[in-house]
Amino acid sequence: MKKYLSFFTIRLVNGLQYRAAAIAGIVTQFAWGGMTLLMFRAFYNYNLGAFPMTFPELSSYIWLQQAFLALYMPWYFDNDIFNAIVSGDIAYELCRPIDVYAMWFIKNAAVRLSRAILRCMPILIVAVFLPAPYTFSPPVSLLSGLMFLLSMILGFLVLIAFIMLIYITAFYTISPTGIRILATSVIEFLTGAIIPLPFFPQGIQKIVYMLPFAYVQGTPFLIYNGFISGTEVLKSILLQTFWFLLLMISVKLLMKRALKKVVVQGG
Amino acid sequence: MRLYLKYASIILKSQMQYKSSFFMMAMGQFLVSFSAFLAVSFMFSRFDSVSGFTYTEVLLCFSIILTSFSLTECFVRGFDAFSSIISNGEFDRIMVRPRNEILQVLSSRIEFSRLGRLLQALAMFVYAIGASNIIWTFDKIAALILMLAGGIAVFSGMFIIYASLCFFTLEGLEFINIFTDGAREFGKYPFSIYGESILKFLTYVIPMALFQYYPFLYLVGKSNNTLYMFFPLLAMLFIIPCLVFWRFGVRHYKSTVPDLIY
Repeated sequence: MKKYLSFFTIRLVNGLQYRAAAIAGIVTQFAWGGMTLLMFRAFYNYNLGAFPMTFPELSSYIWLQQAFLALYMPWYFDNDIFNAIVSGDIAYELCRPIDVYAMWFIKNAAVRLSRAILRCMPILIVAVFLPAPYTFSPPVSLLSGLMFLLSMILGFLVLIAFIMLIYITAFYTISPTGIRILATSVIEFLTGAIIPLPFFPQGIQKIVYMLPFAYVQGTPFLIYNGFISGTEVLKSILLQTFWFLLLMISVKLLMKRALKKVVVQGG
Repeated sequence: MRLYLKYASIILKSQMQYKSSFFMMAMGQFLVSFSAFLAVSFMFSRFDSVSGFTYTEVLLCFSIILTSFSLTECFVRGFDAFSSIISNGEFDRIMVRPRNEILQVLSSRIEFSRLGRLLQALAMFVYAIGASNIIWTFDKIAALILMLAGGIAVFSGMFIIYASLCFFTLEGLEFINIFTDGAREFGKYPFSIYGESILKFLTYVIPMALFQYYPFLYLVGKSNNTLYMFFPLLAMLFIIPCLVFWRFGVRHYKSTVPDLIY
């Protein structure tokens, strides 16, 4: 356990060094969030009846999304992992007395977490002081705040478990570029990073909620702003746990199978 | 110009050596903007118009901005990836050649796979034209061409500023993305929907509304002011300060390569 912890801290501390990049990122995300809200405002002004949630709820959602973008960003992949698989360096990793799956999982989590730590607070603090409908409000209740934290961790785990699946495909395809771009756009759209899931048409929402992507960032943010409440909260958290376990176990099995067949040439 | 075409054909040939990878990339580019399209159509399945613009009008606007953005991204990619040219010392090599630096940077990278997006822009465009009731007179076609040209000029200007900043920071500054990727994302709706102050900013500071919003009003017949049609020409002037800034950057360039040993 200790070795995994040190992998985690190394990556985390390493990521925390990039403070200038973080400042640039904060400015960008702030502008991005603001423009998104203004866009939704235009739709809201036109027909507030067709809006699935109240505007303050949406504001909180969007600011959380921008603040924790790094946790759930769909486009980040660790190139070292792809390179290790494609170039055969994975042989070294396999020699080490560690579980490769766990190590990759932890590295990914640490990089995302370090970026999120640097960026989340400034965005949220400034967003709190914005004028009325655009402001970032506190959670609807203490309970929903706690559930939000739990659900955010679970969503994070679901995402990384899925990303691990993309890494594994490199064992079979050699050139992972195509699948990577495909995965990025699918994750981005279906987790609700472009427009929140409640804005999807009813029929499509039903399908999306049967996929793991709905349980990544949508669930925690919607718990926070009170869109998901009561027993629904419990249900979504259980579904998050279910997806995490399912993805983790199946990808681990898949990886075991791939590693059995893997041939590394050269000596 | 002939030199540039020569470069372009070499790059095209070399990219065509990896055909499947090329088409994958193009497909990927297509998918990325396809999800933006889905987002627009999902929004319009809920609301049938926004700030007075209908679905087809928004699609038309989206296809125009996407076309000019993807053309720019394809050909001005050298500036987009400029931080790597600076950091690996390639710019030193560019400086010693007896040719214009801008031409060389432009021809260092041409990303033809970005044209995958054009396909989508074209599809949306054809659909929007079919569904809208614009009568395509000569002046409307001219307005459309001016919009595209203005868009390419302003986006190129943004990429040049982004690259010029690399002279001072050595690394790309992420916040310029707001005006490149951001403009592509948010420019799918006419800029007026974001409210008065954003529109003013995009008119007087970064002249994006000049090639998008005003001529678009004329194009879809929301305004009869013929003057609007020529606003993209004003937008094109934006590239002048960008080039001045680039010159300024080149003059301040200090090589990143420590003393070369010959």
